[in-house]
Amino acid sequence: MQPMHTVSAYDDELKYLARRIASMGGHAERMVEQAITALVSADTRLAQKVVRDDPILDESQRDIDEKAVSVIARRQPMARDLREVIGAIRISADLERIGDLAKNVAKRVVAATEGQQPVSLFRGIEALADLALSQLKEVLDVYASREVTKLGFIRDHDDDIDAMYTSLFRELLTYMMEDPRNITPCTHLLFCAKNVERIGDHATNIAETIYHIVTGEQMANERPKGDKTDRVTASLLLPK
Amino acid sequence: MGMARTADQERGRIRQSLDRIWHSRWLLGAGLAAVLLVYAFAGESVSMLALTLAALFIAAAAWPVDQDKASADRAAVIEAGALKSLSGEYLAAAITDPLIVFDNNATIIHANAAATNTFRLATGMSLALKFRAPEVQALIERVLSGEATSGSVETSSKLPVERVYRMSVSAVGHDTALYLMICKDQSEARRIDRMRADFIANASHEMRTPLASIAGFIETLRGPARDDAKAREQFLQIMQDQTRRMSRLIDDLLSLSRLEMKPHLTFEAQVDIAKIIETVIASLTPQATENGVAIERDFSDGSFELAGNRDELFQVFENLLENACKYGRSGGRVVVSIRRSEGAAEPEIIVTVRDFGPGIAEEHIPRVTERFYRIDAETSHARKGTGLGLAIVKHILTRHEARLSIESELGKGAAFTVHLPVR
Ligand SMILES: Nc1ncnc2c1ncn2[C@@H]1O[C@H](COP(=O)(O)OP(=O)(O)OP(=O)(O)O)[C@@H](O)[C@H]1O
Ligand SMILES: [Mg+2]
Repeated sequence: MQPMHTVSAYDDELKYLARRIASMGGHAERMVEQAITALVSADTRLAQKVVRDDPILDESQRDIDEKAVSVIARRQPMARDLREVIGAIRISADLERIGDLAKNVAKRVVAATEGQQPVSLFRGIEALADLALSQLKEVLDVYASREVTKLGFIRDHDDDIDAMYTSLFRELLTYMMEDPRNITPCTHLLFCAKNVERIGDHATNIAETIYHIVTGEQMANERPKGDKTDRVTASLLLPK
Repeated sequence: MGMARTADQERGRIRQSLDRIWHSRWLLGAGLAAVLLVYAFAGESVSMLALTLAALFIAAAAWPVDQDKASADRAAVIEAGALKSLSGEYLAAAITDPLIVFDNNATIIHANAAATNTFRLATGMSLALKFRAPEVQALIERVLSGEATSGSVETSSKLPVERVYRMSVSAVGHDTALYLMICKDQSEARRIDRMRADFIANASHEMRTPLASIAGFIETLRGPARDDAKAREQFLQIMQDQTRRMSRLIDDLLSLSRLEMKPHLTFEAQVDIAKIIETVIASLTPQATENGVAIERDFSDGSFELAGNRDELFQVFENLLENACKYGRSGGRVVVSIRRSEGAAEPEIIVTVRDFGPGIAEEHIPRVTERFYRIDAETSHARKGTGLGLAIVKHILTRHEARLSIESELGKGAAFTVHLPVR
């Protein structure tokens, strides 16, 4: 269990960091959600809002960094506390990157929705984003509950995201080859898909950090390479 | 309970007597002073003094003047006691909306059953870490900082199922350092609006093709093919197929919308998966025979019961089995197997529907559960597919916290496996 601290102000400082992470996470989740909605519904105003929201994450990251450094300097935390503080720095960096990627998707909304792309492409990107967002949500839920045993599904989910991305990639290529006029918007869509896939990667990084915070060990990288499966709603999607 | 009750009453009586003594304290004081004075000056015996003092106390305890007020007090005490014995926990449990009590660190002190079930919360968890939506964070912050004593916001989440909540946060009493959050589910009202919009968008998009083709055939029938009996028969057949497809499309869309309307599952007690599958097989046998497909069972021993919704689970297996018979027709047989998971952390009932048809190419596997996704629109159309079957399956399974996995090798068939957690 948590070691006892003599100074409760110290505890408060750690709690403050955790809460900042959670609120950053909430902002990042919202940005990704809105960027994808903007893309799918060609909503340029929503896209602009996402771009405008990005500084919130930059600001939070700076704040968390500063707080974390000052905690380390003044309290010289040990063991789990140290991991907690360092973990906060790393998680906030990943969340900031997620925000950047969402912003990048939002910036492409105008160019990607030009012309007549088939609806199925957007549905595909939406489905990919659902996977990445579930991953992020679940990981942040584990940050709250600390039940790291629930992180077991992360790898499976990575596979699902990969498979979905590959499928989208092929579909996009087909459209580009069919008609050269499709090339520009499809290239933007391709980058959007890539960004979403990387959001999933950052969620995985966060999972690894949380695992390390709680157990002090690295999350096992080895896993049996399973079949190409579509795990529709791995129990992972639902917080337990 | 009985024992505790009498002990309580006993304590109440003692407190009442003490109260009376307290109420008559001035009288008592005066009497005491008088007795002591008499004792000091008249030199009475010690036992006499003790007796007088005792008499005085008894009189004070039984003093009648305060009777009315005292009984009123007592009534109040009893009433407050009744409310007190009704613990906050019982009160919270009696509320059907999710209710959470938290402290000034946003740490959860208590979550009622509704909250625990819907949000998977536990005591000791940080509320702020769990409810991360920016507007909810801001609300919690406002109330905790004392900027407002209460407030509410509407917040929505998209995953795993879309939900809209009105969350109200308020401070409990004065300076208790406790706060209350109540979440009212608004999903239904919102979803009805969304459903209408979605339905129209989806339906108009998907109806356009069959309608265009029907219009085309009508034109041909009235023009060039007017007197061609053979062509007429053929065109009418196609038109009939297209109208069937459209009515099926409407059925599927309605079914999907209905599912989205009520994202909360009504669990029937225990449903028997094997029985459901038997019913599905029975209902699909004519169609299978027509397709030249034999349905085989491979059920392992034991019972396969779990909490779930029978009608919805029926739909799941109906869709999977129908697909297997339709698309895996060339394989000539379909195998349905049921077993229980072994050794897994969470026990599961695992149902696999396997066919031996053409299978599904790797790049399509992750996509087939998307709405309207058809691998080969031509054959799917010919087989009256709408591309909504697996989307419905996915939706239902999400509600059951179950998952679907698809394995396939081109040319060898496909296997759709449903993992149903047993809880
Ligand atoms: N067992 C299978 N083998 C090969 N392909 C399949 C199989 N099951 C589904 N598919 C493919 O997946 C697509 C989507 O299936 P889904 O059940 O969602 O829609 P559908 O069968 O076309 O329409 P509906 O079920 O609404 O009538 C199908 O069009 C088909 O191409
Ligand atoms: Mg089907």
